[in-house]
Amino acid sequence: MSMPFYVAPEQVMKDRADYARKGIARGRAAVALRYVDGIALVAENPSNTLRKVSEIYDRIAFAGIGKYNEYDQLRVAGVRAADLKGYQYSRDDVDARSLANSYAQMLGQIFTHEMKPMEVEILVAEVAHDSEGDQLFHILYDGTVFDEKRFSVLGGDADAMSARLNESWSEGLDLGSAVRAAVSALAGPDRTLTSDDLEVAALSRTNGRRCFLRLSDADVAAHLAASS
Amino acid sequence: MSMPFFVPGDDPGASFPELLRRVGLKPETPSGGGVDMGVPHATTCIALRYADGVVMAGDRRATSGNLISHRSMEKVVQADRYSGVAIAGAAGPAMEMIKLFQLQLEHYEKVEGSFLSLEGKANQLSMMVRGNLPSAMQGMVVVPIFAGFDRRRGEGRLWAYDVTGGRYEEREFVATGSGSLHAGTVIKLGHNPQLSGEDAVTLACRALWEAADADSATGGPDALRGIYPVVATITTTGWARISDEVLAERYVAIAAESRSRQ
Repeated sequence: MSMPFYVAPEQVMKDRADYARKGIARGRAAVALRYVDGIALVAENPSNTLRKVSEIYDRIAFAGIGKYNEYDQLRVAGVRAADLKGYQYSRDDVDARSLANSYAQMLGQIFTHEMKPMEVEILVAEVAHDSEGDQLFHILYDGTVFDEKRFSVLGGDADAMSARLNESWSEGLDLGSAVRAAVSALAGPDRTLTSDDLEVAALSRTNGRRCFLRLSDADVAAHLAASS
Repeated sequence: MSMPFFVPGDDPGASFPELLRRVGLKPETPSGGGVDMGVPHATTCIALRYADGVVMAGDRRATSGNLISHRSMEKVVQADRYSGVAIAGAAGPAMEMIKLFQLQLEHYEKVEGSFLSLEGKANQLSMMVRGNLPSAMQGMVVVPIFAGFDRRRGEGRLWAYDVTGGRYEEREFVATGSGSLHAGTVIKLGHNPQLSGEDAVTLACRALWEAADADSATGGPDALRGIYPVVATITTTGWARISDEVLAERYVAIAAESRSRQ
């Protein structure tokens, strides 16, 4: 009978975390930040069809980075959970916090029990009726949840981008300034990103029942051009 | 509630009714009971095509036998941005069907990231009506109308259904419910495909007025309580409900015209 080698649990967890982090760092990043009418979500994404940012429910949006098939699976699970909850109770009972908890449970479970952790970082954002209540939940590959107040950065180089956003973010930005701040944080000092490289959406309090709206390339280009 | 997660190959896809079935939330089909269980019934709804799209309209009354059980029911509702659904029949199952249908369209849009085609939406509703057939055999008949603006073709389209889920696309107008004979006749006489939006709305109001005049289960405009039919247009810019103030004016004009003929 063969004896499996003993591997310390610390080592197993560390190896898995390293594996997930490497996968995430290979992909492109995304940023969500509060602005005066809601939350802007900006992702670096050259594809026009494979989305990183999408609608979950009336006031809730999702952003995911890392491995596409994995975060898309999570996105669809979120849409299903939200629609089921809204059907069973009421549309007002669907909230980002419980959705974030479910995601955290699921990612934590997969991280410890499955062969391979999910190589994703996701964000669940909810726009409230006033800007005080806006919520950003940033969830990591191992199920760790961060509740963020001003902005949230998903991606390998998050520290540098957070530092840049820390400089440019302020309370009460309009949508154009928020998009510009997010894009310059994503691009860094050495690159320029154009509307073709970006996917931009917003959860806007002024958009009726379904707050989610996607900005066209032309809208994004107009916002970016307004900076100078 | 835990998050619904399915392995590939066993995934319900973009279908919300299938998802409900999989998580065990599918509504029970009422069994037993007789033809007359005294459930409220919703009555007359119409839809007609005009130059820019379609108009949908429905009265607000629900009846149980000879009693009025509800005065302000909304039987014509927006299904999504470019379509609407109107329902006549047993009010409970009808409202549930509308709710599921709206959810299904939104669910599909979010899961797939694109809109269903108008034909696809009509087909979805057809399947829901067919799914209701066992209840229909118990007397809980639900007969909807579906109408919308087809952005691929650039025109308004409308469909009538029967109890078995049969789906019939109509060229000019559709009427359903107990007052449909009267309402349909009024539209038939006044209809032409080049009607303006204003004339189409007036014709729809007129049709419901005549239906209410001859059918006790159809409610007329209720100026006392300020309850008017639901009338909406669906055009290239989407669903737009006509306000009660506008409808009040139309009905004042219709009443004046009827009086002048006495």
